[in-house]
Amino acid sequence: MMDENRGVWVFIEQNDGKIEGVSLELLGAGRKLADKLDVPLSGVLLGYEIMSLSQEVIAYGADQVYVIDHEVMKDYRTESYMKAVINLAEKYKPEIFLYGATSNGKDLASAVATDLSTGLTADTTMLDVEVDKRLLEASRPAFGGNIMATILCKKHRPQMATVRPKVMKALEPDHDRQGEVIEEAIALSEDDMRTKVIKIVKDVTKKVNLADAHVVVAGGKGMGDAQNFQLIHELADAIGATVGGTRDVVEAGWLPHEQQVGQTGETITPKVYFAIGISGAIQHVVGMKNSEFIIAINKDPDAPIFDVATYGIVGDALEIVPKLIKELKEARERGGEMSYV
Amino acid sequence: MHIVVCVKQVPDTKIIKINPKTNTLDRRSAPAILNPYDAHAVQEAVKITKSIGKGTISVLSMGPPQAVAVIKKSIEIGADRGFLISDRAFAGADTLATSYALSKALERISKDMPVDLIICGKHAIDGDTGQVGPGIARRLDIPPVTNVIEVSELNESEKSILIKRKITDGYELIKAQVPCLLTVEKEINSIEYSPMPNMIKAARYEPVIWSVNDLEEVDRTQLGLKGSPTIVGKMFTPPKPEGGKRLEGNADEQVKQLMELLNDKKELFVSR
Repeated sequence: MMDENRGVWVFIEQNDGKIEGVSLELLGAGRKLADKLDVPLSGVLLGYEIMSLSQEVIAYGADQVYVIDHEVMKDYRTESYMKAVINLAEKYKPEIFLYGATSNGKDLASAVATDLSTGLTADTTMLDVEVDKRLLEASRPAFGGNIMATILCKKHRPQMATVRPKVMKALEPDHDRQGEVIEEAIALSEDDMRTKVIKIVKDVTKKVNLADAHVVVAGGKGMGDAQNFQLIHELADAIGATVGGTRDVVEAGWLPHEQQVGQTGETITPKVYFAIGISGAIQHVVGMKNSEFIIAINKDPDAPIFDVATYGIVGDALEIVPKLIKELKEARERGGEMSYV
Repeated sequence: MHIVVCVKQVPDTKIIKINPKTNTLDRRSAPAILNPYDAHAVQEAVKITKSIGKGTISVLSMGPPQAVAVIKKSIEIGADRGFLISDRAFAGADTLATSYALSKALERISKDMPVDLIICGKHAIDGDTGQVGPGIARRLDIPPVTNVIEVSELNESEKSILIKRKITDGYELIKAQVPCLLTVEKEINSIEYSPMPNMIKAARYEPVIWSVNDLEEVDRTQLGLKGSPTIVGKMFTPPKPEGGKRLEGNADEQVKQLMELLNDKKELFVSR
């Protein structure tokens, strides 16, 4: 029965007619899996008045797009999306099905996995496939330390995983790429729905947008206390950077949660990342290792952060950071020579 | 109004250590605690029953016998009673098998007293999956609302509830029919000090403990390790990227070198 299942699927999450970045990244990752297995890659696109997005899904690597365009699907709701996805999966039987590890993606995948009685691996950061056994190898950081666990689902199909945003790479879009759009109908009416989205409120005042930050200065518990942590803010001010921190720092109350970098916070890919007083536990590293230029400052020469850093400084952050701030300020005063904004 | 809160005993991941030789968790190094998100779930149940002036809060957990500690902790926060399902048959469950076992216990609980609302923490800090809550909702065929940051209104005559659900860049206001299942974020409330009578009650409280035989119409093939489609294939240390360079010298020299490097990399700082 399992042998019937063929093909790699990606759930395409869209909000307000815009496809989420993680879905495009997953099309890139899914393309590799599909090529290895020699099967088509398909996108699953749900929503209302979203047909035009199907070409974008193809441009980013899909061979096919399953589309359900229905008024009931206008806003994400577990009830309606789950029914649509389950219908498609039962009809077309994919062997691998990937979702972004967003609020909606995780919510949907959990419900779908329950109905299909199949395995679901959460917050995957590495994906591969063992071709002979057609087995998805979904790896994720295991709690507590520098270790990854590869989760397998040997006897059930589809093999499902949610994947962290920003850890996979999207392909360059090819707008001439040809693909097949398969429109599916669904018998659902608003009266069947037990949840209603009354309104969606976007927080436009949100000051810190770590996910899009260009330069990030992040501090860890090595900063010692909340007062010392101010140095992180000062350094960030001096170079026009956004402040980030580790889970410890957020739990200690030195930073709000939206500024947490890592497995349970934001995954980010800035151009420049300063890791200061951060030891580099895997949960943090998965959130920042794709930064382009990483500078680590830490007292402990064996801290794992130095393994991912482009440059490491073994030393006391409380001594080095003030000197660095002073130099940067002076450089700026000298005029334009170093304007990092 | 009957609210059931699902809670889990977890090792305190802030304290847990890794054995560097074997790369395995040294569970003895960490104390077991009530999953922090679940504490907020219990607190929210207390808030809701207080606001409507009545109701019963039951807590449900699955785990080894020592997990009674998290039920006692929940009683301290303000729950009325607790149930622990504990049996070797449940051991080794992944999220699919866990949601099955818990849904069977919920069916048993609701037989005696219909359940209006189920509240879970957003996820457990030892697994970070967030999959069990929506799984339970699906099994009981009630709608889930995840990532809840506010429960603003419970309308008993309409049997509906107004909820704020956190989304990436804001929130959604959702009206859901009860019964439904909520998973809550930490910011939904702050944990209050437990009043002395609760503490005394908790110390004396003995939760109901059910084995698999106490649940009805259970398909044992869906429980525990047997009922878990996912397995851990291997554990490994992630491949290390090429080790970075170290800056030499004292702090002044290091800062000087760093400034030169930053100067060389100026183009990185320019907006994309």
